[in-house]
Amino acid sequence: MTGSLEPTTASGACDRCLRRAFLVAHLAPRIAGLLERPAPRVTGLLALPDEAFVAAAAGERSDEAWTFLEGLDLESERGGLERASMFAVCRHADGYPALLHELADPPAVLFGRGRMRALRALSDEPAVAMVGTRRASPYGTEVAYALGRGLGAAGVPVVSGLALGIDGTAHRGCLDGGGTPVGVLACGPDVVYPRRHRRLYERVQAEGIVVSELPPGTPPFRWSFPARNRIMAALARMTVVVEAAEPSGSLITADFARDLGRAVAAVPGRVTSSFARGTNGLLKDGAVPVTRTEDVLDELFGVGVRSAPPLDEETVEPLDPHDSAVLEAAERFGSVDAIARELRLSAADARAALGRLEAEGYLVRRDLGGWERAAS
Amino acid sequence: MLASVATFALEGVRSHEVTVEVDVRQGVSIFTLVGLPDRAVRESRERVRAALMNSGLHFPLQRLTVNLAPAHVRKAGPSFDLAIAVGVLAASGQVPRDELEDSALCGELSLSGDLRPIRGALAAVLGARNAGYRRLLVPERNAAEGALVDGVEVYGIPTLARLADLLHGRWMPDSARPAVPDRRELDHGPDLADVRGQRDAKRALEIAAAGGHNVLMIGPPGAGKTMLARRLPGILPPPTFEEALEITQVHSAAGVGSGRLATERPFRAPHHTISAQGLVGGGATPRPGEITLAHRGVLFLDELPEFSRAAVDALRQPLEEGRVEIMRGQRTLEFPANATVVAACNRCPCARPPDRCTCTSLELGRYMRRLSGPLLDRIDLVCQVEAVPTVQLVDGEDEQRTASAEVRARVIAARERQRARLAGTGAFCNGDMDARLTRHHVPLDAILAARLLAVRGSANLSGRAHDRVLRIARTIADLAARDQVTVRDLDEALSYRLHGWEVIAA
Repeated sequence: MTGSLEPTTASGACDRCLRRAFLVAHLAPRIAGLLERPAPRVTGLLALPDEAFVAAAAGERSDEAWTFLEGLDLESERGGLERASMFAVCRHADGYPALLHELADPPAVLFGRGRMRALRALSDEPAVAMVGTRRASPYGTEVAYALGRGLGAAGVPVVSGLALGIDGTAHRGCLDGGGTPVGVLACGPDVVYPRRHRRLYERVQAEGIVVSELPPGTPPFRWSFPARNRIMAALARMTVVVEAAEPSGSLITADFARDLGRAVAAVPGRVTSSFARGTNGLLKDGAVPVTRTEDVLDELFGVGVRSAPPLDEETVEPLDPHDSAVLEAAERFGSVDAIARELRLSAADARAALGRLEAEGYLVRRDLGGWERAAS
Repeated sequence: MLASVATFALEGVRSHEVTVEVDVRQGVSIFTLVGLPDRAVRESRERVRAALMNSGLHFPLQRLTVNLAPAHVRKAGPSFDLAIAVGVLAASGQVPRDELEDSALCGELSLSGDLRPIRGALAAVLGARNAGYRRLLVPERNAAEGALVDGVEVYGIPTLARLADLLHGRWMPDSARPAVPDRRELDHGPDLADVRGQRDAKRALEIAAAGGHNVLMIGPPGAGKTMLARRLPGILPPPTFEEALEITQVHSAAGVGSGRLATERPFRAPHHTISAQGLVGGGATPRPGEITLAHRGVLFLDELPEFSRAAVDALRQPLEEGRVEIMRGQRTLEFPANATVVAACNRCPCARPPDRCTCTSLELGRYMRRLSGPLLDRIDLVCQVEAVPTVQLVDGEDEQRTASAEVRARVIAARERQRARLAGTGAFCNGDMDARLTRHHVPLDAILAARLLAVRGSANLSGRAHDRVLRIARTIADLAARDQVTVRDLDEALSYRLHGWEVIAA
């Protein structure tokens, strides 16, 4: 894995910025206590200069914070980063993504692990942030995967938060499509959260990059998730919300994107579904509706300028009329009985046709339910 | 004087011989019972004393010692009463001892001297026959059940006084006649024709019955999963005499029998709160569990994911070997447990229709994982049960509803083909075939192999799933009276397998 890494260096961060980053991490637990719930935003706080920031976050315990800063051994921290194949770039360095400067409170330093090239490419290649609920429905999961894969195949980096649900699924799709994932964490870049995403985390840093404004070893805090969302929104030219209830961290990301003047898109859901309340709300407010990868590409590059390369499909033989009738019925009903009733078939013959269509790749099955037409 | 009397005690669903030795000698009047008796056996002393006196017989006011041999095995239950009473009679010279030499006795006494029926009479008769006794004397109400077995004379005795008459040669009961019901009156239980719609489930049950496969039914609550499962025994072939005897023996041992030869296959539907012990048997005095009570019949597990992990795991051995082994001290008890399992579950944890489902991918994944495990490995067929649209319930529309008898006829024909093909292999139906037999009896020509390969590539068909599909395909061909499995059969079989939860769901 380390073989694919470019030379990593900590020299991309100046002392002042590094100090600031460690200061934020040091005061992180205090910040947590200051914020209101729910939906805490730290925008104002993180934008403050050091003195005001310490005064606001640490209050009467400011002295302790200053003592901490004085005792900070930056050289040993830099050495530690290097040994752990991590890098740090500060806002004064060349490697720092210019897009982040558009934020009112750009992170002082981006710590990260993986391919530096992926970070630099974000300045030239537009990226898409894909976000959504951690509690995703099968529908959301499917769409997130398909979009992630389509964007990956079209060479568009996918920025996401490596969270459960939509975030992780979008990155899996992106990786399977051969694309470059950019993971933005709400904890140190070496902290895997949630832990069950260990494998995904490793794939992301091998094929793309993981970054965070928090130094290595910092655990996630409530406030650091929305803070992380501003970085995601800023790194991408467009934010696509796949599935979001209300309220939702994904909607915070969409807000940041809108504030930055970036495009916001949403995948429509069932109007009666609680899973889709947030996304359908975004659409009502003027977000770009997305139903397939091309919708995103058209918005990014202009209509028809770039298209998603067709996924490698096996050539399929044309269907006989009987089977195509079953295929159509399967799509409409999904249950063997309904298909058999509609086409006046025995259950046995309906099953045989379904088995054949599945074996030939026309149909796929969903969890414990019925059949669906295979995505083409 | 000393007398010894043979009796048979129930152990699991079988019986073992117990010799009751009675010693009567001069001394202070005392009645001692030894040989690891439990409470019910110890109380037998009071019943024996009262029954003898109330039957006009003499209870010797002497030093009485009763030993139940072998002395190291625990004795339980009241079925020793009769043998103890007769032993006392013989030891005190009230009945001729030589009359008892080739006889065994089992029965519980009432204080009046009447004989009460016992559990497991059939097991006792089988034990007596195998031990070479000429006759077995049992309570009158156990006689018909006991007479099912050839090779030993079974007499039903009404009272202790009558028994004394018999031993003196003053009275002779009729040899008991087996209660085998008239085949024409056979009741096959609820009929498949009562069920509207559910074509998929009906077809799956027919295949399950024909090949001896286990089934998982997936559908919303109230769709009729229990109703369907209950109809599976009725489309299975009627039990053969040997099978009927096994069923009767199990039910007799568990005390749920009717005293007649079982003509129907059992259907058991334990609640999902059942313990592992309740499901596979056990306890201080081991009792058969639900899987044994369903022996040669159907075990229905509704709401499969709700069953405790321990209970479902305990089913592994019975499902693989058709029997349950229970260890008690140094002894191993074996219960027969060869049942077809029908399991049922909802589509998803919230059990709402697909368009109103609120389950997340994560919850679905968790639900699927609760389903998996050793039981799912043994399930060959997965079918859908549909919430029947109300319109259909009301006006009944189109469909011809096939009666159970018609399906049963097809099942019997298919089973006949399997029996002929599998003769001498130890397997009786396609569901019994192991990997080797499957390969041998479902040869793959180029077309079939190509089809399987295509699916294998796309859908993670493991070796086990592969064999399962072939077994089902074989049964489908048998139902259609085809010697060769066709691609169509294979396609249908493929559609019944449980598809792996897509990996993208994390």
